[in-house]
Amino acid sequence: MNAKSFVKKYTMVIALVAVFILFGLLTQGRLFYPQNMSNLLLQNSYVLVLACGMLLCILTGGNIDLSVGSTVCLVGALAAQLMDKSGMNAILVIFLCLAVGAVIGGWQGFWIGYIHIPPFICTLSGMFLFRGLGRVILKSKTVPVKDALFLKIFASYVQIPGLDNAKEKWLPSALIVGVVIALVLLITVFTSRASRAKKGYAVGPLAPELAKKVIIAALVVYYSYKLASYKGIPVMLIWVLAVVFIYSFITSKTALGRYFYAVGGNEKATKLSGIDTRRVYFLAYLSMSFLAGLSGLLMAARIASVNGDTGNAFEMDAIGSCFIGGASAYGGSGTVAGICIGAIFLGVINQGMSIIGLDNNWQYIVKGAVLLIAVIFDVVSNHKTGKG
Amino acid sequence: MADYILVMKNITKEFPGVKALDDVNLQVERGEIHALVGENGAGKSTLMNVLSGTYPYGTYSGDIIYNGEVCKFNTLRDSEKLGIVIIHQELALIPELSIGENMFLGNERKGKFGIDWDRTFHEARIHMDQVGLKESEHTLIKDIGTGKQQLVEIAKALSKNVKLLILDEPTSSLNEEDSRMLLNLLLEFKKQGMTSIIISHKLNEIAYVADRITVVRDGATIETIDNHDRTVDEDRIIKGMVGRELSDRFPRRVPNISDEKGLEVRHWTVHHPVYTEKVVDDDVSFYVRKGEIVGFSGLQGAGRTELAMSIFGHAYGSGISGELYIGGKKMNITNERQAIEAGLAYVTEDRKGNGLILPQTIAVNTTMARLGKVCNGAVIDTVRENMAAEEYREKLKTKTPSVQQAAGNLSGGNQQKVLLAKWMFADSDVLILDEPTRGIDVGAKYEIYCIMNDLVAQGKSVIMISSEMPEILGMCDRVYVMNEGRIVAEMDVADASQEKIMAAILKSEKKKEGEKQV
Repeated sequence: MNAKSFVKKYTMVIALVAVFILFGLLTQGRLFYPQNMSNLLLQNSYVLVLACGMLLCILTGGNIDLSVGSTVCLVGALAAQLMDKSGMNAILVIFLCLAVGAVIGGWQGFWIGYIHIPPFICTLSGMFLFRGLGRVILKSKTVPVKDALFLKIFASYVQIPGLDNAKEKWLPSALIVGVVIALVLLITVFTSRASRAKKGYAVGPLAPELAKKVIIAALVVYYSYKLASYKGIPVMLIWVLAVVFIYSFITSKTALGRYFYAVGGNEKATKLSGIDTRRVYFLAYLSMSFLAGLSGLLMAARIASVNGDTGNAFEMDAIGSCFIGGASAYGGSGTVAGICIGAIFLGVINQGMSIIGLDNNWQYIVKGAVLLIAVIFDVVSNHKTGKG
Repeated sequence: MADYILVMKNITKEFPGVKALDDVNLQVERGEIHALVGENGAGKSTLMNVLSGTYPYGTYSGDIIYNGEVCKFNTLRDSEKLGIVIIHQELALIPELSIGENMFLGNERKGKFGIDWDRTFHEARIHMDQVGLKESEHTLIKDIGTGKQQLVEIAKALSKNVKLLILDEPTSSLNEEDSRMLLNLLLEFKKQGMTSIIISHKLNEIAYVADRITVVRDGATIETIDNHDRTVDEDRIIKGMVGRELSDRFPRRVPNISDEKGLEVRHWTVHHPVYTEKVVDDDVSFYVRKGEIVGFSGLQGAGRTELAMSIFGHAYGSGISGELYIGGKKMNITNERQAIEAGLAYVTEDRKGNGLILPQTIAVNTTMARLGKVCNGAVIDTVRENMAAEEYREKLKTKTPSVQQAAGNLSGGNQQKVLLAKWMFADSDVLILDEPTRGIDVGAKYEIYCIMNDLVAQGKSVIMISSEMPEILGMCDRVYVMNEGRIVAEMDVADASQEKIMAAILKSEKKKEGEKQV
């Protein structure tokens, strides 16, 4: 791989490293404090989760879901009220709320997939509908979330008795988990190569593959070291990683995932290949609202309260992450890894600006400019290497 | 010395890594019809884009001398100002706008306040009359057929005061009747002194209409053949295009037809999907045996594509009735998935629109219709997928550096091969090929024919829908002739001829008119 194609392939990674360094300098290193690094992912957990769902919608042809923020509010409101007013068991609440998310998704997916209502309009209606319903449930008040079990499931930190001591600042379990993950990563490089070679499949050169994995492993260890220095592994991180891994697996490895790309690439051809395209749309919006429901729970736990503005404009962060992360605005291309980088990219800018203490209004301006620049860059660089 | 309206001298145009045109020379006489022929990718379209200013001056080397003056076009507009108008293969018309609006799009007739619509439609009428378009100038583009849309493009060119008209594959999506009409129109304009350059794959049309023929091969002009006396035949042109004599345009095949029927359709009736009272296919019955190639001939709009797609899991139409037998078994197939499971394949005429996912790789496209074959459960085994794609790449001799190439990067002929690979991979027993050689060059056509022969040699059934009668006659064992949604004739290829097929169509039209009068 020469320098040019390397830059093209890893444009966003390079950009991410650049903003890290930039804000690292601007904040005089405060960005890298363990507390800030831990918060970086927690603040953006909802973005990562929502972006995974949004990716499926965007893959089907640049379609977006505008109702996401409202669904977050509705589900969060439901959870808060059920626990606060009726004292329902937290586990039951979680299942119920996730089911409500899925029902909302089924509602929108049905209209979009089977009745061919344009997604923009259908989800715009959802945006009003669910926001309104959420506020009705909240009776226009702020409802606190105090249920201990609920908070433990979503907003606590992993602590292994005997190993970690919550009173101490240093929690070795986080670092141990990080090192184990890093080792597994490195070992799989060799085992997967061996099994490929055994089956007689082509095996690429070792050096670049290993180098890539070493860098990732190093980052994992670095990050787990930071976590170990501040409260340990947040449970929310586990939820987020689970969603990211599942969606990454679906989009890159399964037949179902392939269909999302196919519909976005050429819907008619996909239909004539015997694939039920209506179902593909249905599933995209079903999964989106389901994840919005999950986000609603995560937000309710993290903020420890829900009000009528919870989740406001969350859809925009998710959409922004997808496009910054290289998903095509016309559908048919984009990866979960890419949108995660997009989401972290946005997160670093947010976090960095907050630490510097930049005025909120200016934060909007910077975010808008970054989104535009990212997409311009993507379009221009792809255009140049196209068939001209 | 001849009076040249256009001389292109030593034109060389390079793209990163490719020399698309290498020292090309083209001379066009005033008032002639000049044909450009060559295989796909030979550089014809690039040459015309250089001429029209789509590739601005400076991005190529060499000179364009038009009416004796060296021209340096920077945009399409510069060349249009001098009366050079190019009509592309993909028509640039807006379906939702009227004919008149389309004709003056980008060239609006301005009044004191905004557009002068009276003048627009008045002028539109004049130019439409010149090309023989009887539609109202207010008719929307989407409501007229491709043939008439092509005429609108020409009328649009006339409105730009065209002196040199360039047509890129003007007849590729037209049927024989509409094509003939268009060519005669060009001959008519020639009498009035207009010069045209026509790019086409249809060599019989070239031989009919062109005064001189320039052959382009591998980015260079090979020769210019004089055809003023209309004595050049297709073989002569092909020889120039491929650089050798192509002794047989259709590969030989020893028919090995079984008595078993691969597919039989009885009393098949299909209604229009939107205007549900309109009958598109009316009581059609036919069959194809195993090892047999059956041709469907007819004019555009005869209902052949609609028939094929409605059989393929009701992919078209509404209110479909009739019986369907596959391998002798009665089937009830109502969606595409069931059709594929039953061994049916519909290889579309519109490979870009309905067939391939252009941004995806060849491998992905190959396995699309039967992804399950390379899956473990729900998980795709990409290694097995790539090996399968590779196998078909070799089998069909698809020209590509790797199966990881995007399908959109391939030439038309190779895209068609990927599309065929997709349906062969799907283990289809009955393949319906809809215009399988449309818009691809002579060499690739021959290879597609060979693949068809291989398929029937394996005992599969092939149905070929084609508007090109020579290929129907050259490839098929039996021919059905369709007109206006009905089968109007069935003939053995030994008894068939172009005249008989046309006669069958015309006779059915007369009969229908007779019915109407009664």
